[in-house]
Amino acid sequence: MTTHASRSLVPPGRTRTVPPALHEFAYWLHRYRRTWRGTVVLNVANPLLFLTGIGAGLGSLVNHNNSAALGGLSYLAFLTPGLLAASAMQTAYIDSAHPVHQSVQAKGHYWAASATPMSPVDIYYGHLLFNVFKVTLSATAFTAVAAAFGAVDALRAPLVVAATLLVGAAFAAPSAAWAVTAKRQPTVLAVLRFGVMPMFMFSGTFFPLTQLPGWLQPVVQATPLWHGVELCRTAALGTGTAAGTALHVGYLTVLAVVGLLLGRRTYQRHLHS
Amino acid sequence: MTETTRQPQGTVPEQAAMIRARGLQKRYGAARGEGFTAVAGIDFEVRPGEAFGILGANGAGKSSTMRMIACTSPSTGGSLDVLGLDARTEGARIRARIGVVPQDDTVDVELTVRENLLIYGRYFGLPKAEIRRRATELLDFARLTDKADERVEALSGGMRRRLTIARALINEPEIVLLDEPTTGLDPQARHLLWERLFQLKDDGITLILTTHYMDEAEQLCDRLVVMDGGLIVTEGSPGGLIERYCTREVLELRFGPGEREAMTDKARGLVERIEELPDRILLYTDEGEATLAAAHARGVVPLTALTRRASLEDVFLTLTGRSLVD
Ligand SMILES: Nc1ncnc2c1ncn2[C@@H]1O[C@H](COP(=O)(O)OP(=O)(O)O)[C@@H](O)[C@H]1O
Ligand SMILES: [Mg+2]
Repeated sequence: MTTHASRSLVPPGRTRTVPPALHEFAYWLHRYRRTWRGTVVLNVANPLLFLTGIGAGLGSLVNHNNSAALGGLSYLAFLTPGLLAASAMQTAYIDSAHPVHQSVQAKGHYWAASATPMSPVDIYYGHLLFNVFKVTLSATAFTAVAAAFGAVDALRAPLVVAATLLVGAAFAAPSAAWAVTAKRQPTVLAVLRFGVMPMFMFSGTFFPLTQLPGWLQPVVQATPLWHGVELCRTAALGTGTAAGTALHVGYLTVLAVVGLLLGRRTYQRHLHS
Repeated sequence: MTETTRQPQGTVPEQAAMIRARGLQKRYGAARGEGFTAVAGIDFEVRPGEAFGILGANGAGKSSTMRMIACTSPSTGGSLDVLGLDARTEGARIRARIGVVPQDDTVDVELTVRENLLIYGRYFGLPKAEIRRRATELLDFARLTDKADERVEALSGGMRRRLTIARALINEPEIVLLDEPTTGLDPQARHLLWERLFQLKDDGITLILTTHYMDEAEQLCDRLVVMDGGLIVTEGSPGGLIERYCTREVLELRFGPGEREAMTDKARGLVERIEELPDRILLYTDEGEATLAAAHARGVVPLTALTRRASLEDVFLTLTGRSLVD
């Protein structure tokens, strides 16, 4: 009956000060251990398929016609960084929105974690960290394969990975911030279909902006992916201007920070309702 | 002396209460304008080592109250202290020292039984070796040792509940919250679970449990509150409540189709209180057999007659006019 009285008010954790968010990161990493082999294969096989199929196959067609719009670049050199940015967006969205939405359903993982000393913000940061980690893995694999193909200059590869990371963070933070509030699974899919995929196709990934009708160009230039594609492409080709790079980095950073601030609020509100 | 004179009966001194709620309220959706009051201002105290029950029908506000105690749902009025800490500001410190068994199992079905314990322990910042040691003990406690390396997917409902309880004990909590711990379990699984909860009680852990099973409350709780519509309608020990609100025995009479009303009219006046239910009537009496004989003498002919001890079910019916589980 009196055992509780003798305990101190400090949690009985022999206080090792690991940031709590890392526990959440560790949870997702632990689950990932079951599936990582499969994703590594995908991470290497996907770029291989893309670069041979689209880059070399389709590219030879494009290159034969000597497309002026590419400014004398080979199609492979044009496509690769764009594809990197678009894939980072896709990975960031899918890996954020789906597991986050699952975790907040009845019996979901977040309810277990939020009954512990973890705060909703710790849970958010930890999960986000894991998503950025996965973007890093796939971006690194993709860039390595591309460098082996000669599609990306090996010396510029680290810069390209860094740019891709920023794209991933800029999409992962707001995606998770929103997904924790999403009521229904079909909504999560609808955003993928009608938001993410159109951006994937039309934000300068597969063809230059100038190929689009004039009225559509400013619309595309307002999308975050266009800034991501431009950043990755100029990083890969070494064609970046100070102003352009500042604009793209600024846009994506603002998106990541706004997402982060939003996520702090939405997680707090939904996990401690 | 003056400061103690205003304390209601049964109040424990400030430091001794494990939980103290005063005018506690929960209103959902208050920020969005409309809003629904799930807990409408309740006062209660839980003492060290006690098994405290919150009894009530669906929607009474039990889970809302539990989630406020667990510091996963901020109160919207009144005050709440858990382990002497303010639940509004000390959530993380409180959560570090309590165990939570939520109404819905939140164990990870993709992980193994043991992995669930190991991962959960990390959230409390415990060292890995210590978690492993405790996990082995807790698997034994929960009778899950031979399932340790199976995926949770393969476990029965009763096993999952026991795993959830084991998980809630990983941080050696001083209070364990159990929200409807046996709902949906078959009788055998329920009894095994009760037996485990008795063990925790014996170990001096303070238990707070919600239930809509009267027999569960009678079996497990030292003291309980009955909630209805977000309010506490009464408080006491199971025996004390039955004594206060009921007679010693209850005579249950069933009648043939169409006979109930006429027979009920004939039976009126036999006892002070008759409760009419759709399928039977209840006569509250201190002497069931004598009342049945008196009823027969008046020409009341039931299809079946049953004399039983009064239970908490009868208390609930008396207080709210409704039966607890339909
Ligand atoms: N998150 C929520 N938002 C709005 N209403 C809620 C929420 N949770 C519970 N309620 C409502 O509050 C009332 C009490 O619910 P609850 O505390 O779960 O009761 P119990 O556990 O006794 O069944 C119910 O009417 C329920 O619909
Ligand atoms: Mg409930």
